[in-house]
Amino acid sequence: MSPKAISSPCSAHNGAGKSTAIGIIASLVNKTSGSVRVFGHDLDTDIAAAKSCLGLVPQEFNFNMFEPVVEVVVNQAGYYGIPRALAFERAEQYLKELGLWDKRRVMARNLSGGMKRRLMIARALVHRPRLLILDEPTAGVDIEIRRSMWNYLRLINEQGTTIILTTHYLEEAESLCRNIAIIDDGEIIENTNMKVLLNKLHTETFVLDLREPIEAVPPVAGYRVNRVDACTLEADISRECSLNGLFTELSKYGIEVLSMRNKSNRLEQLFLDLVDENSEHRKGAAG
Amino acid sequence: MTLGEKYTAFKTILIKEFLRFIRIWIQTVLPPVITTALYFVIFGNLIGSQIGDMEGYRYMDYIVPGLIMMAVITNSYANVVSSFYGSKFQRHIEEMLVSPIPNHLILSGFVAGGVARGLVVGSAVTATAFFFSDMQVHNLFVSITVVVLTSILFAIAGLINGVFAKSFDDISIIPTFVLTPLTYLGGIFYTIEMLPEFWQGVSLVNPILYMINAFRYGMLGVTDINLYVSYLIITGFIVGLYWFALTLLNRGVGIRS
Repeated sequence: MSPKAISSPCSAHNGAGKSTAIGIIASLVNKTSGSVRVFGHDLDTDIAAAKSCLGLVPQEFNFNMFEPVVEVVVNQAGYYGIPRALAFERAEQYLKELGLWDKRRVMARNLSGGMKRRLMIARALVHRPRLLILDEPTAGVDIEIRRSMWNYLRLINEQGTTIILTTHYLEEAESLCRNIAIIDDGEIIENTNMKVLLNKLHTETFVLDLREPIEAVPPVAGYRVNRVDACTLEADISRECSLNGLFTELSKYGIEVLSMRNKSNRLEQLFLDLVDENSEHRKGAAG
Repeated sequence: MTLGEKYTAFKTILIKEFLRFIRIWIQTVLPPVITTALYFVIFGNLIGSQIGDMEGYRYMDYIVPGLIMMAVITNSYANVVSSFYGSKFQRHIEEMLVSPIPNHLILSGFVAGGVARGLVVGSAVTATAFFFSDMQVHNLFVSITVVVLTSILFAIAGLINGVFAKSFDDISIIPTFVLTPLTYLGGIFYTIEMLPEFWQGVSLVNPILYMINAFRYGMLGVTDINLYVSYLIITGFIVGLYWFALTLLNRGVGIRS
């Protein structure tokens, strides 16, 4: 894990092993074998140093619902040995940055779902960890809050915090992460740079919106183009071809493209391919 | 963690625990005061006047130390068992588990919270007792040390109960079926010299008897039990239970999957 990167483990299924892996790193789950090192600190032999490097935002709310918001954050700082006065300063900083300062005296149980997630981020950051782990931080969060959380995560990453996040939203992984690991059935089946992974994609399908309706798809050499309706085409573009070439071909027939989008998330397609491949491999090994 | 950081972490747990029971004082501090006041009225005033003196003291004055100790014992225990189980139930125990706090400080912090509640409630009950009896303190050192040590003992016991508890029922079984009977049979309302010889022997197996008698000695100067034996038993239980509780936390019993 390189410092200052945002990485994302994704998985095919619930129960694939993401949260268990996080639980082991955060000392919430007893590991049965292997070793864990956080920035070189071994969890078995140097546990306090390893834990000090780590901030955790778990999947489920795990703060005291009957405490005021500010106390949730201040107490967490205290557990890391941060004096109370400094803890209040930091709580103010992070609660303001996450838009919760006005709610500081509200009992945590009275916050909305999105606010509770932001409270957990503030709590995880209060001791200024070098590594922040977020387990599905945007699950069940509305689009506006999700976007603002993404922006905030980018900001703290730029400020030097390494981030690992798990997500089922591959758009989120593609948008935020420079590195990605894919876990299937407790096994890492891919662990690489996002660009390297996306380069493995052989074909992408684009949806083209046309200015004028067409009756039929003209023969476009080198491309597989389907007509969805009078004003919409779908085109499969392999890595050997370019979009420019497609536009040139279409313009020969007087077809003007107004706008264009990916049919599905690129990463999603790759992800499904990798998981299917791994599943076939396992079946083969078992047979 | 440095020593200073450990102190801060311990203080944080203590403050958190203190604020927890103070915030809900109507549920935590007031009921034992009312209950004890009722004991004073019914057993002390109404029935006590029929009983007469006990070991040279008015019956009302005789039961005061036992009632104070009963409040201390039940509240020290209840505070830790409910707080620790609550933190497991709501999963905010994880806040501590992911942090670098050593387990012995987590244990000490919760126990300190239990002792704080035991002492706050004990003080409130003592203040109430002023209205009903001629309070006196025979030996302040003995009174304070016995109360604090007993409070520590039952706070640790509460934590162990909290570690093993899997439901809210589990945190009320021990107080209801073990703690309360042992407390009532621990000589709050009588001297064991009143019992037949066999039952005196049985009573000596009850550790709470030693605590109540030691405290009664501190307050009134009378006891059924040798003071040093009482101290030995209390400290022995503390050491044994502390070691057991720490082993449970180190192994992650009930808190780590």
